[in-house]
Amino acid sequence: MSKKTTRLTSDILKKIYIALIFIFLYTPIITLIVLSFNSSKTRAKWGGFTLKWYGSLFTNRDIMEALYTTLLIALLSSAIATVIGVLTCLGLNRMKSASRSVILGVTNIPMLNADIVTGISLMLLFLSFGIRFGFGTILLSHITFNIPYVILSVMPRIKNLNQPVYEAALDLGASPMYAFFKVVLPELAPGILSGFLLAFTMSLDDFIITHFTKGAGIDTLSTKIYTEVKKGIKPEMYALSTIIFLTVLILLILVNRPEKIKDEEPNTSTVVVP
Amino acid sequence: MSKKLIELNNISKSYGSNIVLDELNLYIRENEFLTLLGPSGCGKTTTLRIIGGFETPDTGNVLFDGNDITSLPPNKRQLNTVFQKYALFTHMNVSDNIAFGLKIKGKTDKYIRDKIEYALRLVNLEGYGDRMPECLSGGQQQRVAIARAIVNEPKVLLLDEPLGALDLKLRQDMQYELIRLKEELGITFIYVTHDQEEALTMSDTIVVMNQGYIQQIGSPEDIYNEPENAFVADFIGDSNIIDGIMLQDELVMFLGTKFACVDTGFGTNTPVDVVIRPEDVILTPPERGKINGVVTHLIFKGVHYEMEVQAGGFEWLVHSTTMFPVGAEVGLEVDPFNIQIMNKPASEDEEAVSLEE
Amino acid sequence: MKNKKRARILAGPYLVWAVAFIIIPLAMIFTYGLTSRDGGYTLANIASIATPEHSKALWLSVRLSIIATVICLLLGYPLAYILAHMKSSKGMIIFIFILPMWMNFLLRTLAWQTLLEKTGVINTVLSAIGLPTLAIINTSKAIVLGMVYNFLPFMVLPLYNSLTKIDDNVINAAHDLGANGFQTFIKIILPLTVPGIISGITMVFVPALTTFVISKLLGGSKILLIGNVIEEQFTQASNWHLGSGLSIVLMIFILFNMLLSAIFDKDGEGNVI
Repeated sequence: MSKKTTRLTSDILKKIYIALIFIFLYTPIITLIVLSFNSSKTRAKWGGFTLKWYGSLFTNRDIMEALYTTLLIALLSSAIATVIGVLTCLGLNRMKSASRSVILGVTNIPMLNADIVTGISLMLLFLSFGIRFGFGTILLSHITFNIPYVILSVMPRIKNLNQPVYEAALDLGASPMYAFFKVVLPELAPGILSGFLLAFTMSLDDFIITHFTKGAGIDTLSTKIYTEVKKGIKPEMYALSTIIFLTVLILLILVNRPEKIKDEEPNTSTVVVP
Repeated sequence: MSKKLIELNNISKSYGSNIVLDELNLYIRENEFLTLLGPSGCGKTTTLRIIGGFETPDTGNVLFDGNDITSLPPNKRQLNTVFQKYALFTHMNVSDNIAFGLKIKGKTDKYIRDKIEYALRLVNLEGYGDRMPECLSGGQQQRVAIARAIVNEPKVLLLDEPLGALDLKLRQDMQYELIRLKEELGITFIYVTHDQEEALTMSDTIVVMNQGYIQQIGSPEDIYNEPENAFVADFIGDSNIIDGIMLQDELVMFLGTKFACVDTGFGTNTPVDVVIRPEDVILTPPERGKINGVVTHLIFKGVHYEMEVQAGGFEWLVHSTTMFPVGAEVGLEVDPFNIQIMNKPASEDEEAVSLEE
Repeated sequence: MKNKKRARILAGPYLVWAVAFIIIPLAMIFTYGLTSRDGGYTLANIASIATPEHSKALWLSVRLSIIATVICLLLGYPLAYILAHMKSSKGMIIFIFILPMWMNFLLRTLAWQTLLEKTGVINTVLSAIGLPTLAIINTSKAIVLGMVYNFLPFMVLPLYNSLTKIDDNVINAAHDLGANGFQTFIKIILPLTVPGIISGITMVFVPALTTFVISKLLGGSKILLIGNVIEEQFTQASNWHLGSGLSIVLMIFILFNMLLSAIFDKDGEGNVI
């Protein structure tokens, strides 16, 4: 085979491989979206096309409450984690490398550890100290696993921080606080933003840790779905998930499109993996 | 005259709508040190990559020793490349890097050991065999990259701006190293750089390129002393390029004054570009020169003084070991031999120049 | 000196937080795991891993997670390679690849139930074409499928990172020195991607080993992984001591994983972030 035909066949094979993987990845997603339009309540049968679940979704109090809780927890925990994370990074930057490595090592623990172990450990903590399970314990747990993601997003940017730029600002008459807000913070901003988004995503999708630290009487979307597995998932859930999925899709397209015009390679720090 | 080893015939290459090379013709002789010289984007690296086999031209062919190698992959060509940022295999030590090509060819262990020793000695890195690339300085990594290429005894060594990342002193040392290497190995070197001093120092032949076209081919002296167009004159060394009119053979008029020169064949009353090197301008006391002027700037450059002289309505650049202070009135003189006449360019893009040698 | 003080003020809150919510909780697992309900020190909780049902669950988990990790590696490496060498619309393809992760984890896994059921979507299609039907649901095969489906991106991304870090000219140099595509891959590309491989393995193996959701949704109530066993101790049996003891055993695997990562991926080259 000439060089041109071998290259062509390998191109085709590559495209087929990618296509197969994508079919594998998207079949369940499509299934869920289709099910959200299924007028039959059971998954097994197709009862005809309907939009009614999208309507009844918003009148279902349980689901709306779970949605509200999920969003609130995600927002609060990632915001708080971001603040703590950024402060910590600034502090870490000034430390000796020995103490810094120790702290970064501890930071890695929730990420490398299994979710189930993290969840159980937090549950035992709350039990032992008689802390009542509920919104508070969920929030504390989410903040705990969010902070490492923020730290890991911001630290690389701090390392690359242009110390001379900060000194130039001081040289031109800025007070340290002014220099910080006008010079340092803007440079860190992309890392802070991606840290926040990463934490938000992690919190939104979390099931295992929430499962162990919520106690009775409160649910996030994930835990709600879990309780319904035996009974049969309410079709409104499919509708809700489809809406969330499409919202995120549109958001990501909007966020990533200006990036693509700038350069073809996406910066990994802006690719948010839930 | 040694034989033509590599021939590039009618090579064109575009990336999308960007035409990088347009019907380039070039040949390279055996044992030549040929340099492709030009600014970024002129096509010199693309040309090198086509010779090396890392790019395929859209049109044209590449001949090596008479054989068409245009579609031959790099691993089958009898040349080796020294890459711009060394491209060392960071997971292997120096010896393994050097031995890589030999192992692929299936040479015996003893052969490889001897060759590594020879190569390390050749590049003055004896004893460095066990070191890892990340522990080496830029200059040392460069030498490992060279050693790795030459152990394979290629007929041609391609070098893609290898000295770019080194500091000045090291770069100058390495230039002499490369010349010595070439003499000792007795092979052809094809060198790519944008640094004209490098090109002038090391080459037997320089190919000046701009925007995908060859501007001039010649020995360093030819290129420097007799640039054929404004681009070459401006790119190589400093020059004073003045509008003039060729009145007749060996007589040119510029800045309102007639000068004797040594060029012929430009016709009568033809508009031309006149090129005079700064070091060829002789400053005299006023009224003793052909043109009078005033010194406007003075900088001490170590090797010489650099002065700007406003004379005849033109700002002259002058290099001299004699100093004239700012404001001094001076006269200018030029030896006819040092006045270089060039045709005015036909358009913004120079046409490809046919081979002269 | 001022720097040190400022550092302590800035990082202080997190230090306190980390001790309170990371270190102490872990210590609690050890405390509970090494004591019995009446307060005495005991190794019985840990030793109970040796009971038939627990060891069965553990070894099943280990087996399935290893299989899933290997499958992820075999599927993921070519994909990462293709992505890394794609010249156009790379961002788009990666984006499409990440997108499914945005659908809720439980629902994604649950969707496979619908697909794999005896009368599910896949079997309906298969019998329509006349092919034999699959009986994968509620078997360990389905669990492995669920693991691969959920964790494949965690293998692909570190691999992709490692691959894109390789300078093009290094590959060109290998070709220049006489290596063909296969030799270049084995001698140059593969060794240089080891940090990514290790990172990918650690990011897949641990979640796969400790999952209980995937086994519950796709394995039916008959198949118990070690994650299920531990989860039951905490939510149903309220035997936190036993659960903690078993968790300690699990942590040995996790620790081993962390060590592997520390040795082979010292500079964190394979990290996703």
